[in-house]
Amino acid sequence: MKSVFEGLREKFPDSIKKFLWESGEEVHLLVTKDSIVQIAAFLIRTLRMRFLFLFAANNTEEKEPFQIRYVFSFQNHARFLILEIRLGSSDMTFPSLTPFLPQANWQEREIEDLFGIRAEGHPAPKRLVLHEDWPKGVFPLRKEFALQAQVPRVKGEYPFDPVMGEGVFEIPVGPVHAGIIEPGHFRFSSAGESILKLEIRHFYTHKGIEKLGEGKAPSELLCLAERISGDNSLAHAASFVQAIEALSGTSVPERAKYLRVIFLELERLYNHVSDIAGIALDAGFGFGSSQLMRLKERFLVLNERLSGTRLARSVIVAGGVKRDLTEAQRAFLLKEIRSIKNDFDTTIQLLWQVSSLCDRIDLTGAIKPEIAEALGGVGPIARASGIDRDLRRDHPYAAYEHLLFLVPVFSEGDVESRMKVKIQEVFESFKLIDEALGMLPEGPVSVLLARLPHSRGALGYVESPRGECFHWLETDAQGKISRWKIQSPSFSNWPLIEYAVLENIVPDFPLINKSLNLSYAGNDR
Amino acid sequence: MFRILKKNLEIGKATLSYPPARGRIPQESLGAPEIDSEKCTGCGQCVAVCPTDALSLRDRDVEDTRSFFLSYGSCIFCGLCGPSTCPYEAISFTGKFELAAKTKSELTLEFPFQLSKCRKDPAFLPAHELAHKELPAGGPCFKQGDFSHLLSLDEIGSQLKSKIKKLLKHSLHIREVDAGSCNGCEIEVANLSNPIYDMERFGIHMVASPRHADMLLVTGPVTRQMELALVKTYEATPSPKWVVACGSCAISGGIFKGSYAGGEGVAGTIPVDVYIPGCPPRPEAILQGIFLALDKAK
Repeated sequence: MKSVFEGLREKFPDSIKKFLWESGEEVHLLVTKDSIVQIAAFLIRTLRMRFLFLFAANNTEEKEPFQIRYVFSFQNHARFLILEIRLGSSDMTFPSLTPFLPQANWQEREIEDLFGIRAEGHPAPKRLVLHEDWPKGVFPLRKEFALQAQVPRVKGEYPFDPVMGEGVFEIPVGPVHAGIIEPGHFRFSSAGESILKLEIRHFYTHKGIEKLGEGKAPSELLCLAERISGDNSLAHAASFVQAIEALSGTSVPERAKYLRVIFLELERLYNHVSDIAGIALDAGFGFGSSQLMRLKERFLVLNERLSGTRLARSVIVAGGVKRDLTEAQRAFLLKEIRSIKNDFDTTIQLLWQVSSLCDRIDLTGAIKPEIAEALGGVGPIARASGIDRDLRRDHPYAAYEHLLFLVPVFSEGDVESRMKVKIQEVFESFKLIDEALGMLPEGPVSVLLARLPHSRGALGYVESPRGECFHWLETDAQGKISRWKIQSPSFSNWPLIEYAVLENIVPDFPLINKSLNLSYAGNDR
Repeated sequence: MFRILKKNLEIGKATLSYPPARGRIPQESLGAPEIDSEKCTGCGQCVAVCPTDALSLRDRDVEDTRSFFLSYGSCIFCGLCGPSTCPYEAISFTGKFELAAKTKSELTLEFPFQLSKCRKDPAFLPAHELAHKELPAGGPCFKQGDFSHLLSLDEIGSQLKSKIKKLLKHSLHIREVDAGSCNGCEIEVANLSNPIYDMERFGIHMVASPRHADMLLVTGPVTRQMELALVKTYEATPSPKWVVACGSCAISGGIFKGSYAGGEGVAGTIPVDVYIPGCPPRPEAILQGIFLALDKAK
């Protein structure tokens, strides 16, 4: 893979400074700060690589103590190119990618909030993660900031972008909502019932999880990773342990890989079924919703019978899975999966018969493919807007490379398309579990984790029910975790909602929000 | 219409009885850890692996005592302290989940040992090597939050509570407030409205506004950025009112404790009537907690 380095060096002789390292699926290059926009543009426009995300780190052992990494994915093979720029303490700015790559917007604002490194040329450099009562000049992810620091509250105000004009109203919603959902604030500007603009203000549930992880042991972090976003417990845990395994060079036994697929697909199943139930409920079809919630409960019971917990926590460990399936559990799983599949099938057929539901979801909350692409949409939401991407197929992990499955893609981008994607994915997941159970190889389910190397980093990734979920873990010179970056699918997808609601009516907002079903906890961390 | 009717008849009654029938909780269910005081030697191996402060030790050299604490209020039911850790197989998981209590101290169990005897144990770990394990806190400590000045706790209101209990009889309106949870508790609270648990049969109804609520069901550790919203929601709820802290992080901060952005549980911000341990508590456990608040349990 050195050819990428050489090729880029020919193109940008003064900008590509160093080949850093290559391991597993990653190639790391050091580039100059000033050239990053140019190189990113070349990678995306000419080499057709995909930009995934960027993140900062503070490594005080280095002469230039701040690093920013840009993660790209190769077009035709399952590898990642990671460009790194380094910053000295005296120069706390970096060139903003946002003007030509809108998906960098939130990521760059997050870096400014948490590290105090300013993205120069960012069109809207407002606060994002930290709220207005957080004092200026205090940056929690810098090493000099103590985890338990008591930060005083200050007076401040968050400037919402105003919409002016005759008959324009502002509607504030949240953080405490009417339903049983997580907290977040939505500011609508509307004329009559039609939404002119929506600005979201989140991070009410920001818990400083990335900072909490620093300096801890992998086993302690695993429990924390399972609690980043409760309904995606397993996806985050899997992404986290895969980063740990890549970092330490541990190879997981085959049987564990298949068992991981089974549990990960069970998680997708209960999430998707629950999402479809939510759409049915918000569209006023209570019977369909009740039936699907009943099915969700069957999945949770199944989880408990197989793993001891309803959310399948404590299933995955670094090096494999915690417990094997007994013969009885395997038989029960197979029987239950087949029975639930029939139950689900008849319920879904009922949904399509209800004209009021079909009418409500058609054309509602449409996200155009170019918007989803520009803002870096992921998961079922992107697939409903014509973007054909799925980590399970494009960057296979666990045992997915041995399994056959389809990735459903629809192009309208409305609530109906998102529902269709999820329905088809449910059927694919049933198939995957069936297939994985049939192919389950014999052997151990876990191995001991090799020691973590010093001053290294690695990516872990999972296609969670909501989309791409990345974990980056980095060790310091003592081999302890010094940086934990969690790139949750909700963080990628939340900005899309501001476009999905445009020209829709305010009463359709809950339906659109439900069809996107993003996690606040995963986003806020 | 005909298909809906057909499906309805096929499925029949899905709702389960409450309290749960014997044997309904799956055998495999982990539940809360239980300590067999006959087998436990107080060595401290489990304290070292506990990711929260659920297991802790206090050594007193002068009095030659070692106190070993298990706090269900901090436990996240992860199972790390189980058979793979305990050299004496003293910790077991039997699916126990009905743990709700009116005070935090009821959630903490103490096991006394003789320190000099513990030291002879080959598995012995001294408490000071486990320095980050704090001792479990005592009772509720509300009114210490940043927005405590906004609270106007109505004393007469709380005395009225018992009378209102009689008045409310079989109807209770609850507003759920997520004060920074991972959304695990939300899954289980939402499940209370599904046909299996069907909370409305007990006259319990989830309402959209705190102004319509008798009870706040609060989840999450109360993050810095949710604290004001929680206080405002509490103030918007008419007195008399009950507050139930649902889940381990709502009780003690759980696994999120000790961060610049996270809280130490709901009682640090508003007064709490009942605590429901669990991570997340299963639907039956949440129901038990709600009933306990109404003194209907047992």
